[in-house]
Amino acid sequence: MKKVEVKLCLGTTCFVMGSSKLQELIDIIPEKFGDKVSVSGSACLELCSSSTEYSKAPYVKVDDDVVEEATVEKVLEVIEGKLK
Amino acid sequence: MNDRNQTVRIKKEILIRLVKSFLSDDFIGNTRLIPYDMRPKGSEVPYRCCIYKERAILKDRTIAGLGFSIEDDDERKSLSEYAQEALDRTEPEEDPLTVIEVACKGCVPSQIYVTDICQGCVARPCQSTCKFGAISMQNGRSHIDGSKCKKCKMCMAVCPYNAIVQIAVPCEDACPVGAIAKDESGYARIDFDSCISCGKCAEACPFAAIHEKSQIIDILKNIKAGKEVIAMAAPSVVGQFPGNIGQLKTAILKAGFSGFYEVAQGADITARNEAKEFEERMKGGAPFMTTSCCAGYHQLLEKHLPDMKPYVSDTKTPLYYTAELVKKEHPDALTVFVGPCVAKRKEGMKNKNIDFVMNFEELGALFIGRKIDVMQCEETPLETESSKQGRSFCRTGGVADSIKALSDKTKPCLVNGFTKDSVKQLKKYAKDGKCEGCNIIEVMCCEGGCLGGNATINQIKTAHKIVEDFASKSKDITQ
Repeated sequence: MKKVEVKLCLGTTCFVMGSSKLQELIDIIPEKFGDKVSVSGSACLELCSSSTEYSKAPYVKVDDDVVEEATVEKVLEVIEGKLK
Repeated sequence: MNDRNQTVRIKKEILIRLVKSFLSDDFIGNTRLIPYDMRPKGSEVPYRCCIYKERAILKDRTIAGLGFSIEDDDERKSLSEYAQEALDRTEPEEDPLTVIEVACKGCVPSQIYVTDICQGCVARPCQSTCKFGAISMQNGRSHIDGSKCKKCKMCMAVCPYNAIVQIAVPCEDACPVGAIAKDESGYARIDFDSCISCGKCAEACPFAAIHEKSQIIDILKNIKAGKEVIAMAAPSVVGQFPGNIGQLKTAILKAGFSGFYEVAQGADITARNEAKEFEERMKGGAPFMTTSCCAGYHQLLEKHLPDMKPYVSDTKTPLYYTAELVKKEHPDALTVFVGPCVAKRKEGMKNKNIDFVMNFEELGALFIGRKIDVMQCEETPLETESSKQGRSFCRTGGVADSIKALSDKTKPCLVNGFTKDSVKQLKKYAKDGKCEGCNIIEVMCCEGGCLGGNATINQIKTAHKIVEDFASKSKDITQ
C-alpha cells in the first residue's frame, strides 16, 4: 500500500495563523500510524495566494486533499479516513 | 504562547486587516468596513447572539488594534473617526491593555459551589472538614455560605461524590497581583494603578475580551512618511518564524524598516555589567541579587514589591543598551522594539530612546499583509554577531547562565513565571532578606522566559530548541 503523505505548510502565513501548533504532528503521526503515513514540514504550499487568502490558513495537504483551518484533530481525522 | 486557537486567531485577523487597510488606497474607508468584511450580511454567527453583536465586538477589537482604549469609547464615534485619529496622533496611549466590555461574558463570580451531584449523605465530610462553619444542610443538600467561605477547597477534596466545584473567573485567577476584578456591573475591569502589564488576563480570557492596544499604525505611518525606522528584535525572535536570522533580517527590511539590530547585542552588555555587579554585591556581603531584565518584574517591584528593591541589580535591560546604541549610531531614526510581550510596552513608554513597541503577532500580521514569506527571503548578513549567552537570554535560565559564564561564584535559582504563589514567594525572599541556598535569583514574568511571552507565535518547546541551536553556533561571551 502506498504511504499517505502529510505536508504541513510552514510558510509565514500558515505559521502565524496556527501551523506552529501543528508541528506536534511530526511526533504524533509516526507514533500513531507507524510507517503507513509520512509527515513533513514544507515551505509555502502557495495555497494562501488563492482568493480566500490567509483567512483559511493554516493549510495542510494530506495526499492531494487540502485541509483548511487545520488543527491536529482535523488532520488526524482526514488521515484515518484515508486509511480505512 | 496561547493555546486558545480561536481567540488568538480573531485578534491576529484584526491586525492583518488593519495592515491591509493601511496599505490600501483608502485606509479610513476600509477600516470602517472591517467588522462588515469579517461578518458580511447573511454570514454565520459563530460565537455571539446575533451578527450585530459580533460586529459590535469586532468594531471594539479594531479600536484596540488602532491603539485606543475601549474604556474611553462612548460608542458614538465611528471606526473612520478612530482611524483618522490614529493617523493624527503623535504619541501612543500609556496603559497597554484594554477590556472590551461587550465581549466580556461577565462570568459568574468566583466561588466554591455545591452541584446537583451532592447526595446529602450521612457522613457529611464537607461539613465536618470546613474550619469556617460555612457549610450547612439546606433542602437535603450541602449549602456553602459565601460570606463565611475562605475558598480553602477542603470540602472539594473530601466529598466522596466530587460534587463540589470551584467556579473560576479566568482573568481574575490568572492575574498574579489581583489587578483585574468585576466592577458593580459584573464585567471585568483593570485597576491600572495595580496592573503590571503582564498580559496574563488577556491570555486567559476564553472570550478574548482583553486586548493589547497596538502601535502598528503609528509604526506604519512613520515608515510611509519615509522616516528612518529601525527594528530592534528581541533574542526570542529567533524561533518565532521558520527561516534563519539572515532571512528574518531581509523580511524585516522588506516590510519597510530601514535597519535591523539584535537586542542580544544589548544582552551581552547586560550580562557583563550584571556579572560585575554581582561580584561587587557579594563582596559587600549582600545575601543575594535578583536579575533586572524583565519588564513585568520591573512593574511588580514598583507596585507590589518595594521591599525587594535593595536586592535588585541596577544593571539596565538588553533593550536599554541596544536602544542607546542605535540612537547613537542613528540620531534621527525612530526605534521599534520587536518583542514577545505586552510588558515591554511600558518599558518603551518610559525610555525616550525607544519610540515604539511591536509584538511578534503584529510582525507576523505585517508579513502577511505585505505578502512576505520569511523562508523564501535571501539572507542578509548581520553587522554584529552577538554571543551565545546573549542569544540565550530569552529562555528560562538564560540570564542566570550568562552571569554564571562570567562569574564562578553564582548559585542560581529561577522564578519561572508569575503566579499568585510565585509572587508570594518573592515577597517572602524580600521580607526575610534571604533565599536559602541561592545567591542569584533570575526573575521572569512568563513561564518559559520570553519564549512564553503573551504574544509569541511558536510553541515554547520548539522555539527553545531553535534558540539553543542558534546560540550553540555563536561565540562564547568570554571570548
